Amino acid sequence: MIDYLGDLFEGLLVTFQLSFTALGIGLILGLAAALARKYGHEPLSLLANAYIELIRGTPLTVQLFIIYFGLPSLGVLFSPTLSAIVALGINSGAYQAEYFRGAIESIGGGQMEAALSLGMSRLQAVLRVILPQAFRLALPSWSNEAAYLPKYSSVAFLVTVPELLARSKMVISRNLKPLEVYLVVGLIYLATIATISKILDMVYERYKITVE
Amino acid sequence: MGAGEEAIGDRCLTRVVSVRDVWKSYGNVEVVRGVSFDVEEGTTTVVFGPSGAGKSTLLRCINMLHPPDRGTVFLRDIDLMQAGGKMNYYRSKFGMVFQHFNLFSHMTVLDNVMIGPKVVKKIPQDQAKAIALEALEKVRMKDWCNHYPSQLSGGQKQRAGIARALAMDPEVILFDEPTSALDPELIGEVLQTMLDLAKEKKTMICVTHEMGFAKAVASDMIFMDEGVVVETGSPEHFFANPTNERTKRFLSRLTELYGRHEGERRTAADRE
Repeated sequence: MIDYLGDLFEGLLVTFQLSFTALGIGLILGLAAALARKYGHEPLSLLANAYIELIRGTPLTVQLFIIYFGLPSLGVLFSPTLSAIVALGINSGAYQAEYFRGAIESIGGGQMEAALSLGMSRLQAVLRVILPQAFRLALPSWSNEAAYLPKYSSVAFLVTVPELLARSKMVISRNLKPLEVYLVVGLIYLATIATISKILDMVYERYKITVE
Repeated sequence: MGAGEEAIGDRCLTRVVSVRDVWKSYGNVEVVRGVSFDVEEGTTTVVFGPSGAGKSTLLRCINMLHPPDRGTVFLRDIDLMQAGGKMNYYRSKFGMVFQHFNLFSHMTVLDNVMIGPKVVKKIPQDQAKAIALEALEKVRMKDWCNHYPSQLSGGQKQRAGIARALAMDPEVILFDEPTSALDPELIGEVLQTMLDLAKEKKTMICVTHEMGFAKAVASDMIFMDEGVVVETGSPEHFFANPTNERTKRFLSRLTELYGRHEGERRTAADRE
């Protein structure tokens, strides 16, 4: 009956590729921005702040179009897939930065003080004491980001990346069954997001901590 | 006998910490205003006074967590204001015990106590573990070493906090109101641990209002108010005839609040 599942599956793989790469880029950017805002000197912390506010204040689609359609006029040419990954990664980083910053704020100064009082350097204290706790505390909100990214990544179809939504449009142009195909695609997104959420919930339960 | 040593009776004392005219402000509030005193090896110094007197800030100036604006602190003959890049190393010579424990929430008690020797002193895992277990034994927390801080009572947390400081084998231990956040029935076990350390001749600077503890082990007491040292002396001096009017008023208020030598009584009760 559903002879186009193979096509959609290929699209799903591209969706995964976009989402997980972007999540990784966002993780690095988000951590860097959160640490810069909390511990950086003024120029660095202002820069991090500008990044976070700029990205969170503009639509993802606009960010993607600037990278894909806008940057070539400056001589920077990315492939559709790379454009989508960069846009999603930069976008996700701004949100992840806020999750990590919130987590770091809630840890409180006493933990840093205790680490320094043992003779640790600030860097050691951040790596050994602050970040391990920040990861655990940020996990619930970070999980949402991870679970929703496959959804957000569907904007990549606007720049011709053959991800799940783009594939479904191709299928529909052949079989002319939009209702059926979009319902199936919706279910695939739903199953994907539910699975990721479930896994991350289990991780959270395993590692959660109570902050004093 | 070198500089900084002098014979008093049959004791040969060596100066471990010298606080020299320390000043500290936050914004335009002067919290510590020219404090000086010496701490001899193997002695317990009790710092007390009303809240806002600058006691906790003074402790943080001593181990340079918050370096003073003016004045300096010597650890033995080392001027800590000139320590530069070796600051973290010298800070590890000061143990610190906090009012709110500040145990690392994501680590077991054992890991909390091991992390200093392991990360700061670069001691191998096995040895660090042995050191940590010994410190935990001393505060009677060895049976709890695999628990997380959130699973402990306040008294247990504070004893683990003391073990964490001990594991670094510090020259001095700074106590910042170690029993103030505890339920009354848990104060005794922490005071007992501190009494044990004092009797072992650990050098300690304790910010505390436990006058029973002070009377039992303090060699010097320092009364602070509004950022300055108002009066110093032995416990005998303070409990028999404090000279300063402010000291008298504060001590009588403490007695009103807690009863006479409450700490001592609780400690005795705990032993039974």
